[in-house]
Amino acid sequence: MSDCVVIVGGGIAGQAVCEALRDRDPDVAITLVCGETSAPYDRVRLSEILVSGEDPVTLQLRPAEWYADNDVELLLGRWVTAADPQDGRLTLDDGSQLTFDKLVLATGSQPLMPPISGIDLPGVHPFRGPEDCEAIRAAALGGAKRAAVIGGGLLGLEAARGIAAQGCAVTVVHLLDRLMERQLDAGAAALLAPALAGLDVEIEFERNTTAIIGPERATGLHFKGGDRLLADLVVVSVGIRPELKLAREIGVTCERGIVVDDAMRTNLPGVLAVGECAQHRGLVYGLVAPIHDQARVAAATLTCDEAAYLGSVPSAKLKVAGIDLVCAGEATGEYEAVVTDAAAGIYRKLATRNGRVVGAILLGNTRGSEALVAAVRAGEPIDDPLQALADASLAGPADLPHTAQICDCNGVCKGDLIAAVTDGGCSTPREVMATTRAGTGCGSCRDAVKEIVAVATGGLSDEPTYLCPCRKQTREQLAGRIRDDGLRSVSDVAAACGTGRQCGVCKPALAYLVSEVNANLHQEERDARFINDRVHANIQKDGTFSVVPRMYGGVTTPDELRRIADVADKYEVPLVKVTGGQRLDLLGVRKQDLPDIWRDLGMASGHAYAKAVRTVKTCVGTDFCRFGLGDAIGLGVEMEKLWEGLHTPHKVKSGVSGCPRNCAEATVKDIGCVAVEGGWQVRAGGAAGGNVREADILATVDSRAEALRVATTFLQFYRENADYKERTYDFIPRIGLEKVREIVLGEESGAALRERLRIAKAATKDPWLERDDPYHPRQFSDLDSPESDPDGAQPALVGPPAGGER
Amino acid sequence: MTFACHVDDVPLGEGRVVSIGGRRIALFRAAGGWYALDAACPHMGGPLADGIVCDRAVICPLHDRRYDLETGAALGAGDPVAAHAVQLRGERVFVEVTAPVPVAA
Ligand code: SRM
Ligand SMILES: Cc1cc2nc3c(=O)[nH]c(=O)nc-3n(C[C@H](O)[C@H](O)[C@H](O)COP(=O)(O)OP(=O)(O)OC[C@H]3O[C@@H](n4cnc5c(N)ncnc54)[C@H](O)[C@@H]3O)c2cc1C
Ligand code: SF4
Ligand code: FES
Repeated sequence: MSDCVVIVGGGIAGQAVCEALRDRDPDVAITLVCGETSAPYDRVRLSEILVSGEDPVTLQLRPAEWYADNDVELLLGRWVTAADPQDGRLTLDDGSQLTFDKLVLATGSQPLMPPISGIDLPGVHPFRGPEDCEAIRAAALGGAKRAAVIGGGLLGLEAARGIAAQGCAVTVVHLLDRLMERQLDAGAAALLAPALAGLDVEIEFERNTTAIIGPERATGLHFKGGDRLLADLVVVSVGIRPELKLAREIGVTCERGIVVDDAMRTNLPGVLAVGECAQHRGLVYGLVAPIHDQARVAAATLTCDEAAYLGSVPSAKLKVAGIDLVCAGEATGEYEAVVTDAAAGIYRKLATRNGRVVGAILLGNTRGSEALVAAVRAGEPIDDPLQALADASLAGPADLPHTAQICDCNGVCKGDLIAAVTDGGCSTPREVMATTRAGTGCGSCRDAVKEIVAVATGGLSDEPTYLCPCRKQTREQLAGRIRDDGLRSVSDVAAACGTGRQCGVCKPALAYLVSEVNANLHQEERDARFINDRVHANIQKDGTFSVVPRMYGGVTTPDELRRIADVADKYEVPLVKVTGGQRLDLLGVRKQDLPDIWRDLGMASGHAYAKAVRTVKTCVGTDFCRFGLGDAIGLGVEMEKLWEGLHTPHKVKSGVSGCPRNCAEATVKDIGCVAVEGGWQVRAGGAAGGNVREADILATVDSRAEALRVATTFLQFYRENADYKERTYDFIPRIGLEKVREIVLGEESGAALRERLRIAKAATKDPWLERDDPYHPRQFSDLDSPESDPDGAQPALVGPPAGGER
Repeated sequence: MTFACHVDDVPLGEGRVVSIGGRRIALFRAAGGWYALDAACPHMGGPLADGIVCDRAVICPLHDRRYDLETGAALGAGDPVAAHAVQLRGERVFVEVTAPVPVAA
């Protein structure tokens, strides 16, 4: 069929119908009549433009060519004044006529302007179109003393924020005693007001504006009760009124909006309505999301296919920089789970009815909003809303494992924070910070601490350690899956079970797991790696990197030292330092210099940046020390060479001391060997960092070879069984020393572990060799540092001052 | 729109820095498409282009703040970062640096 369809109204709805219809039928003739002079644009983003002052043309939904390419006839600045569906004719304001087989009304709505005196004075603006946007912004920048925004709904608040952003004093006057009453409950609203105040938006509640004071232009507001507010810029945002003029004239049934059925049909044959002008099942939506669903159904109806629109669950996001607010569905339910922390301005709530999710409000922390809004839309059944809220904070610290370090400055793990609440009797973030000292250092983790405490005090029970909290997958489950289904890359896993697709926090963990299970014969995907493991150096606070070459057992040579010195000179390295790991650190290196530096050094990577085998500290032992009982250097170097290049769940730092005086601090290392009378003591699980723990003795053996064997076996056991980021000092207590001994010292189990380590080791290679064989031509270079681009791309890459094109 | 790079210049799932009109922009090639943010994290200037990209968001490598690649909104704590429009024309990537240079509050 080759009908001719006319769409009245070029808003988001008109455009959406246009596109949905063209998708279904390449031939149907489409005419889009736009009352506004600009082609269809994204009204939603006007709020942004008010802040940024960007040119409204950037809002255009489609470039001009699009209409020609999709042969859609676009009439701009034309108003449809009359139409006769019977003989399929309509008239435009310029008198010209159009014929149609089917008519779609997408006439949207007009801002509601209350009939109070002074409403049409200069200086009074609605907030609906680009012209309003420009007028308001100009006034705010042009020395308006104070702006008043009438209406504390979503739109009013966005307008107020936009005005404040121009440095103009602004007051929101709201009829009720709380903001956004349509979307928020009292609890969230109570936190929203202060947040706005923090952004220089004043709010006056229970203000019933009875008049706008003149005389020539707006000078203030007059409230019921006699109070006044001086304001020379007034923005009215009290609601919208569907545009029904044309519909009524044609004889289409209208109530609050144009009444449509589930197929988006009006009472007149061949006449449909879509968008803000339409009333479906008694509801008129003031939102974009429903429009696209409606448009798809309308397009189906127009092409004579079956389709039904069953209504939408409204959801909204406050587009105010500095305030995170997402809400969906009903503000209140029969049962409500709330996690709140007034001090931090966090309010997260799930409302349920008859065991189903009916509403969500996320303020101050909107993590997981996608999932929750989806749940509200689907009305998903739910048994433990509080748990659901916690799980939803996908990337949130809330679902990191207990072993994860939250505060690096003070080495506080998540478990410590929870314990402070559950055992320590703390109830506020401040108390928890005081007792654990978390967040008292650089402070970058305070928000994380606050949220964890909020969740913990919110009654959240102990959750298992998920490698992927988003998909609730434990390390064991995933390892099994990878093994059984022969998955070789992080994206394989993502494809297989969605893990790694969401917050992304688990990607490095997956990358390790995939490499470990595949004995390093996995398929490497660098995007899943932390920057340190993409460029094999440790990122510093200023974005430069540190280079720590390997010095087996802390032993070096004059020649190595000379090369290090030369590199330090040649590349003007800001700091050369002896590390706590018995080797040298070149700090402050530029990313693009890394390959050349590695080449000049000609030394292997020390993996100081990776979750991998780090150092093996040794003491001089029998070689020189008068007390030496065992060849500490010999064993240390042997260990480091045998383990070099193996990645581990968390860093593994070792030490070998030639006697119990223990100068290499082997008893506080992840793996440590101490020479004793008649043999060696092999220890594991030590720590002298954020935590201090004496290493457990795995075994006392009588030969150096045996010591190496036991230590090596433990290393593989740890590689295969520890959670990601679980140091040995947490791993051994979790598994239990006896169990560890049983497996590591067991004849068969031990042999099997060593064999798997041998295979994994065989597939390792010094990552610094990527200097000559990069993972990607731009592995180490930015787009605007072409001088370091291996294939010598020219400075052409740096764009000319914005605008110009080549 | 300003020419930024060719599609192959950025490894899939990673970001790279490009200067446009003297402004440092982090250009991301995510599974879902191309995105551009100001290069420096509003928190302490961390290099966002070096962050892990997932679910239309980037995680700053320094202190793990997350930003929506499309809008620049901070997911969780923190100020937003300026986001810019990216357009793919065949093999070539163009960026429109529109958002104003943020002024520290
Ligand atoms: C360079 C070095 C300090 C120095 O100048 O000596 C160092 C530097 C860092 N240490 Fe360390 N640690 C260094 C030896 C140590 C030691 C001593 C040792 O290795 O014998 C410890 C105590 C032992 C231990 O690991 O527990 C140590 C305990 C830590 C910790 C706390 C670990 C814990 O669980 O308690 C962290 C934080 C973490 O891992 O999350 C850390 C983290 C860091 C990081 C990687 C922080 C980071 O993620 O950026 C620092 C990198 C600085 C940089 O930009 O390069 N560093 N750090 C040492 C490098 C050793 C090496 O040659 O590889
Ligand atoms: C500042 C602002 C921020 C917003 N933010 C959000 C948000 O964050 N999320 C959200 O979901 N929604 C938001 N909205 C609401 C959203 O923009 C509207 O729901 C949506 O744009 C409505 O689209 P529409 O096409 O139905 O109506 P409209 O956009 O009003 O389009 C109707 C068009 O039809 C034209 N027209 C009417 N009658 C005739 C006629 N007789 N002849 C010719 N043309 C005619 C009008 O000129 C108009 O251009 C926001 C709105 C504003 C103003
Ligand atoms: S541990 Fe100390 S005392 Fe013992 S051999 Fe080594 S240096 Fe000598
Ligand atoms: S600098 Fe980006 S999170 Fe701190």
